[in-house]
Amino acid sequence: MTAVVRTEGLGKRYGRVWALSDCTLDIPAGRVVGLVGPNGAGKTTLLNLAVGMLTPTSGTIEVLGGRPGASPAQLAKVGYVAQSAPSYAGLSVEDHLQLGARLNPGWDDTLARGRIRRLGLDLSHRAGKLSGGQRAQLALTLGVAKRPELLILDEPVASLDPLARREFLQDLMEAVAEQGLSVVLSSHLVSDLERVCDYLIVLVASQVQVAGDIEDLMSTHHRLTGPRRDPARLPGDQRVISASHTDRQSTFLVRTDAPILDPSWNVGHVGLEDLVLAYMGHTTADPPAGPTERPKLEVQR
Amino acid sequence: MIWLTWRQLRTGAVTVAAALAALAAVLALTGPGLAHDYSAAIAACTEPGGACSAVARFFDHNQMAWLAVTAVVLVVPALIGAFWGAPLVSRELEAGTHRLVWSQSVTRTRWLAVKLGVTGLLAMSAAGLCSLAVTWWAGSLDRSGNMARIEPLSFAARGIVPAAYALFAVALGATAGLLIRRPLPAMAVTLVLFAAAQIAMPILVRPHLLTPARSTVAMTEAEVTNFTFGPDHVLRVGASAAPRGAWLLSSHAVDPSGKRVNPITITAASGPCAAPGRPAPAAEGPPAATGPEGDPLVTGCLAELQRLGYRVESTYHPASRFWALQWFEAGTYTAAALGLAGVCFWRIRRVPS
Repeated sequence: MTAVVRTEGLGKRYGRVWALSDCTLDIPAGRVVGLVGPNGAGKTTLLNLAVGMLTPTSGTIEVLGGRPGASPAQLAKVGYVAQSAPSYAGLSVEDHLQLGARLNPGWDDTLARGRIRRLGLDLSHRAGKLSGGQRAQLALTLGVAKRPELLILDEPVASLDPLARREFLQDLMEAVAEQGLSVVLSSHLVSDLERVCDYLIVLVASQVQVAGDIEDLMSTHHRLTGPRRDPARLPGDQRVISASHTDRQSTFLVRTDAPILDPSWNVGHVGLEDLVLAYMGHTTADPPAGPTERPKLEVQR
Repeated sequence: MIWLTWRQLRTGAVTVAAALAALAAVLALTGPGLAHDYSAAIAACTEPGGACSAVARFFDHNQMAWLAVTAVVLVVPALIGAFWGAPLVSRELEAGTHRLVWSQSVTRTRWLAVKLGVTGLLAMSAAGLCSLAVTWWAGSLDRSGNMARIEPLSFAARGIVPAAYALFAVALGATAGLLIRRPLPAMAVTLVLFAAAQIAMPILVRPHLLTPARSTVAMTEAEVTNFTFGPDHVLRVGASAAPRGAWLLSSHAVDPSGKRVNPITITAASGPCAAPGRPAPAAEGPPAATGPEGDPLVTGCLAELQRLGYRVESTYHPASRFWALQWFEAGTYTAAALGLAGVCFWRIRRVPS
């Protein structure tokens, strides 16, 4: 499978602050990728780097095999709905469709006008007079009607009420199903992404904490509950993401590819939201450095 | 891309076009009458030589209108720079619409090129048409000789230079907007810098676009404009050796060896330059001044100065250089505009979003 976005040690610095650092990713094609992280984690920076709005301070980024924003052909391959869905307040919906048609060689006018009709938007309405949800829909229309291979959406539903949110995401999924797009969308709310994404990237404090297929993530993360124990005494192939203790009991969220063999643990399923929250609390991607390598627990026959 | 630029500029362009049409209508209605009055003044002119009271009256009579239309041409490029140039990029950056337009299949370099190009051309057309209309209308007033059209005030409001000013103003506004990123401060900065450029140009640059002509003539009453006796037996002479309709750059008295002398040291205690019946001005006393004309003292003193070999030297640009200076100045501003556009293209790639 080819990568839609491939980054290598990617970093972006504003003045003396790194908004994104040492980001290495390989996002496969044909996925709906959720990019989550708290506000200010660097999500917008990463997406802006991917569409060529920004240029990296360090490292490299390749989108669909090319340098982002380098040429009209590269721009045509990537659709982008920026944060808060900017539109020209003084121009009408019709003008925006004209803009899309005149600035994109691959413009699908039937698709665009069909969507606008379905959404019930008045063509003569000025974009400045539309509601937040309608503006987001207009921006999404511009994004999909240029027929990109990859659609990038930055917090597309942040300003929408729950109903508009649901409609927008449903609409997005229909477009994805029809066109076979790859999608990357960011949000600070996992619940927005849970329904639509099949790939997850968690970005915290300018660093990628975890990235992977959601099914894989679900099957490799476990909640262990049992008698109180020091995390250093867990087997070496179990990476502790979060730990909490009461007087007698410990709860760990661990990542491991191997099955949990220790019978003293009560092994629980981890929800996507809990998983993301655990990573958000976990501020470094490196495993906690122990004085010695912890032994792995192996099956003895 | 041209469509989008036009769509965004449409309201402003229509407003400017309407204002220009109104101005053109007023000028077209009053222009022929003005030309007629000028011919009548010339015909009524019976006095020999350059001075003619009928023509002078004609100018005085229309001076306010002349100033008004000149001011319009001076102001149009500044307004275009502030209202078209400054918001060109900064409004997009402020509203975030640059993220919308830069993610279409058009590189931002091309986006900027079309925006600057279309806006620049419209600005040049607007200012150029305005200037041509005014140049035609004010032709007779400019010829009447009170204010030569090569002199700074009218030079900047005639011919082709206003078009170049407008192009420069748009580039200046766009650059300010790109660096400041907010429309209102960018507009203010554009106006201030443009005004500064317009003031600096006639003082520092325009005189040197061509080598000034130099002429030295005898010190006669025709050349001398004022004549001041100062303390300590010195005499200050204001004079111009430039021909009519020229733009005078500098003028001073020179001694027989060609050295600049001002003041001229000459004894005012006795001789032709001594005031009869008046004591020689005391060193601490206020300077006594006399006009040059008709005063026997002045006539006598001038004759003495001529006998001693004093002359008047002036540097100036003659009226015939009007168009050469126009082209050189237009070229200078166009080059500056291209330089600023270069800054914009360099900067646009580094704009953080």
